Amino acid sequence: MGAHQPQRLDVGGAIDRSRAVELVVDGETFTGCAGDTVASALVANGRLRVGDSIYRRRPRGILSAGVEEPNAFALVNGEHNESMVPLTSLELVPGLDLTLLDGIGVLDQKVDPAEYDKMHVHADVAIVGAGPAGLAAAREAAATGARVVLFEQDFRLGGSLLADPASLVEGVPSELWVERVRGELEAAPEVTILTRTTAFGSYDNNYLIALEKRTEHLHGTARDGVSRQRLWHVTARQVVLATGAFERPIVFADNDVPGVMLASAVAAYIGRYAAVPGRRAVVFTTNDSGYATAHALLRSGAEVHVVDAREAGPSARVGTAAADAGLRISTGSAVVGIDGAQAVEAAWVAPIDDEGALAGPAERVACDVVAVSGGWSPNVSLHSQRQGALHWDDALAGFVPTVPVRNQHLAGAVLGTYWTEGCLTEGRAAGLAAAAASGFAAEQSGRTSGSEVDTVAEERVARAGTTRQLWVVEGRDGGYTTHFVDPQRDNTAADVLRATGAGMRSVEHVKRYTSISTGVDQGKIGAVNTIGLLTRVLSGEDTRAIPPGQPGQDGTGSRAASELSGIPAAPPSKPTPGAIGNTTFRAPFTPVAFAALAGRSRGELFDVARTTSIHPWHVAHEALFEDVGQWKRPWYYPRAGEDMDAAVARECRAAREGVAFMDATTLGKIEIRGADAGEFLNRIYTNAFKKLGVGKARYGVMCKPDGMVFDDGVVLRLEEHRYFATTTTGGAARVLEWLEEWSQTEWPELDVVCTSVTEQWATIAVVGPRSRDVIARMAPGLDVSKEGFGFMEFRETVLASGIEARICRITFSGELAFEINVPTWYGLKVWEDVAEAGADFDITPYGTETMHVLRAEKAYPIVGQDTDGTVTPQDLGMDWIVSKTKDFIGNRSYSRSSHQGPGRKQLVSVLPVDRSLRLPEGAQLVERVALGDYTGEGLPERPIPMLGHVTSSYHSQALGRSFGLALVKDGRDRIGQTLIASFLGRFAEVEVADAVLYDKEGTRRDD
Amino acid sequence: MLIIDCPHCGPRPETEFGYGGQAHVAYPEDPHALTDEQWAQYLFYRDNPKGDYAERWVHSAGCRKWFNAIRDTRTYEIARVYAAGEPRPDLSKGA
Ligand SMILES: [Zn+2]
Repeated sequence: MGAHQPQRLDVGGAIDRSRAVELVVDGETFTGCAGDTVASALVANGRLRVGDSIYRRRPRGILSAGVEEPNAFALVNGEHNESMVPLTSLELVPGLDLTLLDGIGVLDQKVDPAEYDKMHVHADVAIVGAGPAGLAAAREAAATGARVVLFEQDFRLGGSLLADPASLVEGVPSELWVERVRGELEAAPEVTILTRTTAFGSYDNNYLIALEKRTEHLHGTARDGVSRQRLWHVTARQVVLATGAFERPIVFADNDVPGVMLASAVAAYIGRYAAVPGRRAVVFTTNDSGYATAHALLRSGAEVHVVDAREAGPSARVGTAAADAGLRISTGSAVVGIDGAQAVEAAWVAPIDDEGALAGPAERVACDVVAVSGGWSPNVSLHSQRQGALHWDDALAGFVPTVPVRNQHLAGAVLGTYWTEGCLTEGRAAGLAAAAASGFAAEQSGRTSGSEVDTVAEERVARAGTTRQLWVVEGRDGGYTTHFVDPQRDNTAADVLRATGAGMRSVEHVKRYTSISTGVDQGKIGAVNTIGLLTRVLSGEDTRAIPPGQPGQDGTGSRAASELSGIPAAPPSKPTPGAIGNTTFRAPFTPVAFAALAGRSRGELFDVARTTSIHPWHVAHEALFEDVGQWKRPWYYPRAGEDMDAAVARECRAAREGVAFMDATTLGKIEIRGADAGEFLNRIYTNAFKKLGVGKARYGVMCKPDGMVFDDGVVLRLEEHRYFATTTTGGAARVLEWLEEWSQTEWPELDVVCTSVTEQWATIAVVGPRSRDVIARMAPGLDVSKEGFGFMEFRETVLASGIEARICRITFSGELAFEINVPTWYGLKVWEDVAEAGADFDITPYGTETMHVLRAEKAYPIVGQDTDGTVTPQDLGMDWIVSKTKDFIGNRSYSRSSHQGPGRKQLVSVLPVDRSLRLPEGAQLVERVALGDYTGEGLPERPIPMLGHVTSSYHSQALGRSFGLALVKDGRDRIGQTLIASFLGRFAEVEVADAVLYDKEGTRRDD
Repeated sequence: MLIIDCPHCGPRPETEFGYGGQAHVAYPEDPHALTDEQWAQYLFYRDNPKGDYAERWVHSAGCRKWFNAIRDTRTYEIARVYAAGEPRPDLSKGA
């Protein structure tokens, strides 16, 4: 067995004594066995003490044996430096080097080098939990031929059976039974068993998300090519939740001293791991389940003293077995205090009254472990994430699902079924019902299909026995400051009392006032005990102040419920937990790393990147790129020694004085065909297209029915029944959807077909006074003269290279300009040809920044930058584009009162008095007089009316100064006024001017 | 993730679809015949029921067809899909 493990039993347990595994904790080496968790290896080494508590630095010990652990956390040193890993669910594998944590972790700042991936799966039946209920369900469902996915967060199947491997299931030892079921499932072709996999989220349509940990238990080369973790997205026709239950601690003085453990955890360490937490044990229980732990301790050779809070003691069956075993039992008693700081030395046991107050002298019982059971809480998280109904079952002393969610089934302890045979019965029924509901009849397997068995509530209660709802035990000093409710958050009963003292009533408020349930375990340990505690300190009148709507809240306390029923309810003087309800259960059930959620969608794969066919040229010419939607667009092309301003100024100069070219491929492009295409566009755009001549182009604006600008672009009429529309780069998809919507849903009688051709065309804008020369060289057969090729016309032609092209004379800069459209495949070739044809003229590539400056100087708006869904064409000064002779989407809105009269924000330009000041976009504009004596320090005495804001701001090379576009209330009436721009705590004077600042007469386009 | 049964393509994941709000809100025959208030009703007012809701979806990343669905706003379950232009089916009459 390797190094001596003082607390390890010689026989029993599901561990491999022949395979010793070394473990380093805070520099100290321990030896455990294959099959251990880190926690069980520490228990076997007599080590219960872990890190200190988060705030009060109290010594803490291992409390649980599962994912609910609130104390035992480590940093796993190595490649990932993962923090806050619970030792109780950390599989012992060779090479572990741990640093114990004091309730809080440290995020590793290194990039995680591991791979994480995702699986998307459709299943007939998804089963969560592989205890007796889940395994029975899986076996039945699998036998029908259904596609089954079984999730188990542990590295072993078996659930509650693991703690008692010798118990008999269907006549064989449970260990053997589990192996048989596993064999059957593995032999079934459509079954997937996922161990180390936690289903942590449950969403509509039976969509489950689960995290599988795949490599940590593998050694050496076995890890190669395996992603570290995998996120499973499973859509299941039917879901079976066999998620079990959590044991609750008991709230008493010093209940956090190392050695105080959950009774079920003590049983698991002994039964599953053959590791004995203590040799002299006190079992402090409110229910029968603690007796199983007492027997396990006895069998391990420990001395046991049972402290049973129930006056009447255990149920008859359990009592007889206890008597036969010679257990010493103190009934109607409680542990009222603990001696010891670093470890339990003794428990103080005293009789208590109905209120949990001391009713007699306390007796000191020397011990090294105190196993506590405060009752059980069904693990309803996934059920409640789907808004599955819960109710407080006062006999079972737990919140229990009322009915399953549609297309879901519940089986086992999640229903309060706390005995193995009951779990098997419910599991079998759930598995069969789930398979049948997904279309797999049991007849195929020769089994009989049973209707879903709902174990009667009385049998559950009879089997579970009574549970005393002992929510708090008075301390010997009368205080509650060491009565821990949420050990992870270091919150005590005193904190709950402070919350209620401050007027908190709702459990959601108490949670946030105290921070209970906000730690790693998210309330698995402390939530129900907190609710129970509230029933002790709140009166029925208090609970009437709690708004309804909490999971499991039954309305017995709520004002709303009694008023709705019309019956003035006399609230009970003592509310039950059902009057209070739970806090909301949310995903994830256990912590999930962001790296796992991201999967491969990191770095370059974070999002789709769209590039044009010309992209390699931009890269080769050292363009800097800007993301526009998913497109990578050249932003500017700095030359050696140039900053952005210098590069943009040079590019602007080239476009205004010589010739420049830009990759405009990213513009959205849609072909609209059909006999009614013209009529259709007439209704879509504010201006008319029906009478546009073939070979002509027209700029158009489309609005929503509320009259606000939605998108814009140039439309070409290619043929009688064929148009070609461009959209903004970012708006292509939604414009196509918009066109489809109106053509399909409102005007199906119109003969129109819309097709996206964005990907089919490469577009090169050639801009500037010398652009005509460049186009003449590119297309020698084309008459490019002013008379022969008018503005807003296009020609189909063949380039000198032999490539067919569509050349348009349109401008987005105000300069003479052409756009060459060629099939995408030829984009790069034609771009290179343009570069060559323009080399004599020093043709200059330019990016989006220069494009923005050029268009802003001309007040061409960018939809989505200079507009925001509240701006009409008239606000933009584009009344001319709004037809008075035909109807179109949005037209009716212009006669609404909100569109009439003064007060609308209008597009103007703003010129900072400081000609070098570039205003931040978004800067607010106000009148100087409105500032009063406000200097920008702190908050003004009263709100200052905002007139508008800066939408675009640049330095203009052509004007030799900074400028901006702005939406300003009654802006056109304010031309010539000086306003104050407010930004970043400072003020600057700006002059309001006409929106168009450059070439107001519009003569340059025809140069 | 919902699985939405496109009338043309069959069951496909929700991420392929776009949402279009309440169904059966026709564009007024003659908007100019409406009062401002009536026009505002068309523009801005939609039902917000707790329960069955007839609404429009578009299979953006598939056939690009608009269609209607009846969805329970409490459970997100889609009881029926039907073509744009068809009247709202009566769910009480079964499939
Ligand atoms: Zn479709």
